[in-house]
Parts: sequence; C-alpha cells; structure tokens
Amino acid sequence: MSTTEMPSAPDFELERSAMRHLADAQMNVELDTGDMILNLGPQHPATHGTLRLVVRLDGERVIAADPVIGYMHRGYEKLTEFRTYPQITTLINRIDWLSSFANEVPFVHAAEQLMGIEAPARAQYIRTILTELSRIATFVLFLGEMGLQVGALTPAFYGFRDREHVLNLIEGATGGRFHPNFNRIGGLKDDLPWGWVSETRQVMQLVLDSCDQFEDLVVGNEIFLSRTRGIGIIPGDIGTAYGVSGSNLRASGVDWDLRRDGVPYLAYPDLDFKVWTHSAGDSFARYWVRLQETRESVRMVLQLLDGLPAGPVMAKVPRIIKVPEGEAWVETENPLGQMGYYVVSKGATGPFRVKIRSASFSNVSILPWLLRGVYVPDVVTILASLYFILGDIDR
Amino acid sequence: MGLIDKGRAPKPLTWLLNYSRKYSLWMFQWGLACCAIEMGAALASPRYDMMRLGVIPFPASPRQADLVVISGTVTDKMAPAIRRLYEQMPDPKYVISMGSCANCGGPYWDSYSVTKGVDQIIPVDIYVPGCPPRPEALLQAIVMLQAQIQNEGIGNDQLQKRWRGEPVVIDDPHTAPVVLGPKPEPTAVPVV
Ligand code: SF4
Repeated sequence: MSTTEMPSAPDFELERSAMRHLADAQMNVELDTGDMILNLGPQHPATHGTLRLVVRLDGERVIAADPVIGYMHRGYEKLTEFRTYPQITTLINRIDWLSSFANEVPFVHAAEQLMGIEAPARAQYIRTILTELSRIATFVLFLGEMGLQVGALTPAFYGFRDREHVLNLIEGATGGRFHPNFNRIGGLKDDLPWGWVSETRQVMQLVLDSCDQFEDLVVGNEIFLSRTRGIGIIPGDIGTAYGVSGSNLRASGVDWDLRRDGVPYLAYPDLDFKVWTHSAGDSFARYWVRLQETRESVRMVLQLLDGLPAGPVMAKVPRIIKVPEGEAWVETENPLGQMGYYVVSKGATGPFRVKIRSASFSNVSILPWLLRGVYVPDVVTILASLYFILGDIDR
Repeated sequence: MGLIDKGRAPKPLTWLLNYSRKYSLWMFQWGLACCAIEMGAALASPRYDMMRLGVIPFPASPRQADLVVISGTVTDKMAPAIRRLYEQMPDPKYVISMGSCANCGGPYWDSYSVTKGVDQIIPVDIYVPGCPPRPEALLQAIVMLQAQIQNEGIGNDQLQKRWRGEPVVIDDPHTAPVVLGPKPEPTAVPVV
C-alpha cells in the first residue's frame, strides 16, 4: 500500500478558513456561548438509518463528536454458528443491504477454498458482473443521496431511477431485487436468462448517460462545490491508520484497491481497469471518486459481457455440504470498502466461528477525529460523503 | 371535536372526515434496515411514487405525523426509542409494519439482540410480509389502510380510544408488558 503525501489544499483557502474559525471562536467568547450537547439520531434522516451521534457544540462548531452504534446490531457472528453453510449466504447478504450480492462472494470463496473446489469460469464471470452491478446500484444511490444531503432534492430521484434499472437486471438474473442469494458453494444457482446480456448493454448505456447528468447537475453546481470542497479532509496516512478503506481511502490519494492489489479473485485479473484516486481527501473528492468508479464499473461490465465464457455454472459438489477442518480468510473490495470473512471450520455442516470484517465499521471509526472543529451543517455532508450502511457498521 | 368525543357524529360528517383524512396521511418514515431502502424506492423513485396516493412522506418530526412505517429490524436497543416516538405522535395514529423483521423477527428469529416483532411494543394496523417487501406491497398496504380509515365509525369503543389518545393496550399473552423508566424491584423468588 502506498501513501502519497498530505493533500495540498490551496494555501489561501486554508488561511481564510483559519481566520474564519478564529473570528468565530472570538465571537463565542464574547457571547459567552456555553457547551451544548446535540443528539443526532438514532432516528435522523442524515444518519442513513440508526447511527446516533452525540455532538458537543460551542456555538456552531463541533468540539467533540461521539458516535453511538449498536442500534442495528443483529448478531450475525453468533447466528452463523447455528446455520449451515448454504443458509449463511441467505443471512449475510443482509449485512450491507445496498450491495447484497457483493457480500456473499467472500464468504462463498472462503468455503470453496476450504473445500478445495473452484467455481467454473462462467460462474466466476457472472459473479463478477453481478458484483459490479451491485456496485453500480450502490453508487448511483449515493450520487443522488449526496445531493439530497446538501439540499438538492432532484438528484435523489435520479439516483432511485437509475437504481431501478440496475435492480431490474439483478432481478432478471437472480429472481431477487434486493437480496439475491444467488451464490452457491461451487458456483451459481442458475445461468443467465435469455436476452439478459443485450439488455444489460442497454442499461449500461443508460447508466453512463446518467453519470454525465450527475456530473452536470451536481459536480458542476456552485452550491455543491462550496458545501463540499475543503470540508472533512482525511489525510491519507490518518485514513490508513484508522482502517478506512474503499473509495473513501482512494479519495485521500491512497492508490489501493483489492480488486487489483489483493489476492486475485473472481475475474478481475482478466480485466483492464483503472483505479481512480483523488488527492484532496475532502467530501468532494469522495463524491468524484465514486462517480468515476461508477463509470469504471460500467466499463468492466461491458468487458465481462464481451468475454463471457461458455460452460457450466456449477462445479461438482456433494449434496450435503460439509466443510473440512481449517481456517480461511478472504477479503474483497466491496462497494463500501474492504470486506473480509475469517471462517473457522471444525468439519461440520456449519462453521465453528465466523469473524466478519466490514468496511463501514472502520470507515466511521474516523468520525470523532474528523468531526472535531467542523460546523454543524457540515456534519451532515461529511456523514453523507463517507457513505456507510448501518447494517455494515453494527452487523 | 365535541361530537366525536361523545361518539355521536352524523354519518355524512363521518364520511367526509374520513375521506379527507385518508388522502392526507402524513407519514413518518422510520427507516431501520434493508426495508428502508425499498420504502425509499416506494417514496422517491419515479417508478412507484407514493405521493400520488395522498401520502406526504416528509414530516420533520413525529409530532406532525399520522402514520408511521416501521421498516426493518427492530433491535432491543432501538425498541425504547420507537416506543417514545410513537407516543409523541398525535392521535389518531396508524402503524404499518414493513418486512418480516418488523413483523416477527424475520431471518433473525433466534438472534439475541433482535425484538421479535414490533407489535410487542406498539400496536400495528397493517403488516406487510416479505424480506424485503416490494415497493408495490407497501403501496397496497397504504391502500388498505386508506380503506380502513374510510370505514372507521366514530362510535366504536376502540376507535374512541384512538381519537381521545388513551393508551392502546397490547394484550398479547405471550409477551410481558413493556415497562419504560426504572425497572421494578425484582420480587423475591422462593427457593425450591
Ligand atoms: S425483513 Fe429482510 S429486508 Fe427487511 S429489514 Fe429484515 S432482513 Fe432486511
């Protein structure tokens, strides 16, 4: 992992904001504003569900922010001990509910690794396509939602519109809009339906067009720029130290993507793609990186569709799946960041223990550091730009 | 609402009142988990567009809402907050429980941290099955709720309570009543 130097914001901007902060502090002393505790959540539209933030304010500025998590703790790690392997995939795709398919992949890989099976090439390709589709579905929602959080309602409708297109594809292939549960240990449940490939090509064109729309509507918007530029800067080294991963880290200039740099998995080694980074590390950079990654995913899907090999989609597996004794750790690049499963098997039909490393938990662990000193309205922007899913934090 | 308090409203008036109420439901969205995204799709996506049914999904606080949609997993940590926000809603109020999790615990039926059904803490009018239910299912729930509101009489006992805002007791023999506030002292258990 390589860390670039600290992001260089324009000096003038920095100086001006420092002066503003000083003037503000002076004003607070004069007006004698005491500390105020503001409780955001657990039910608050800006927290994407049930994150609770206890924020100590001095005037308009945050002195300390304390995330309180656990409102969505559903006990996955314990539940996996009472389920068989095929049952667990049903459960774990509900961890990060926006990109359910991508959650199943690392777990199925871990089980396959322990059993010494490999899914056929066609299954690997289809898995990659569906993973990238769920990445697109997640990111278009983000591209719209972020606009909503800075006060623009229209992008949210656009985000949901494009997500519907992609969900239709996922539903066409897997039968489930949301929680497909399409992975089997050793392959996939089914092959792609007739006509799916050409339909996917059309939808990918739609997604590309709407990315351009987002670029016009949001990225070129003066208000959006002033709400996000230079706000919530995560320097690359600090982000790495907190365990931030995925697009959030790449927006801080760290050129690290498990699809390229990790242990090779799925069909990614065959693909030609670019890992996008941005040196600024602010909320805007996070938006911009996700926008580019959506386009990159579209390109990847198109490549995969062109190179889709023929053949079966399921390897030979025993009827009752028993995983031999052993331990496996598989990590993948999920839309929200690095997700990994550490599976310990004692040779039974269910695992002995599963440790889940989910991206959002580490991504929000930076919040106390990040929110210190920002203004209250910026808290909402920063939360939105970090893009976490509560199920992924609390599991 | 003197007439209503006494439970004696003329029929045309009742009809008119219900008719106006059913098409101006202010809905408080309680997005908890995966189902919240499907609720979002039902509300905000151009494909479903719930607002055409007369549901206004953006009240800023539960104090302005008539309807709450509990969509997603209710955990034991979240339950008191749900109860509190429900109590803050003005009467008469309606609850839709969306998804298997809110109905009965869903895939987490044996989890140590999940409340097995939101009806243990607040009374539910309509249950929407599915994991997650499709947005169409939520739309149908709204239509069913509107039919229910239209057919509400004013004289009926239970509805009287609903209008006056007396607490609706959940008399489910399987669950202990929810006690908010300080826990009662445990009574001494005789040692056998
Ligand atoms: S019912 Fe299913 S989709 Fe809905 S919150 Fe529960 S697990 Fe998620």
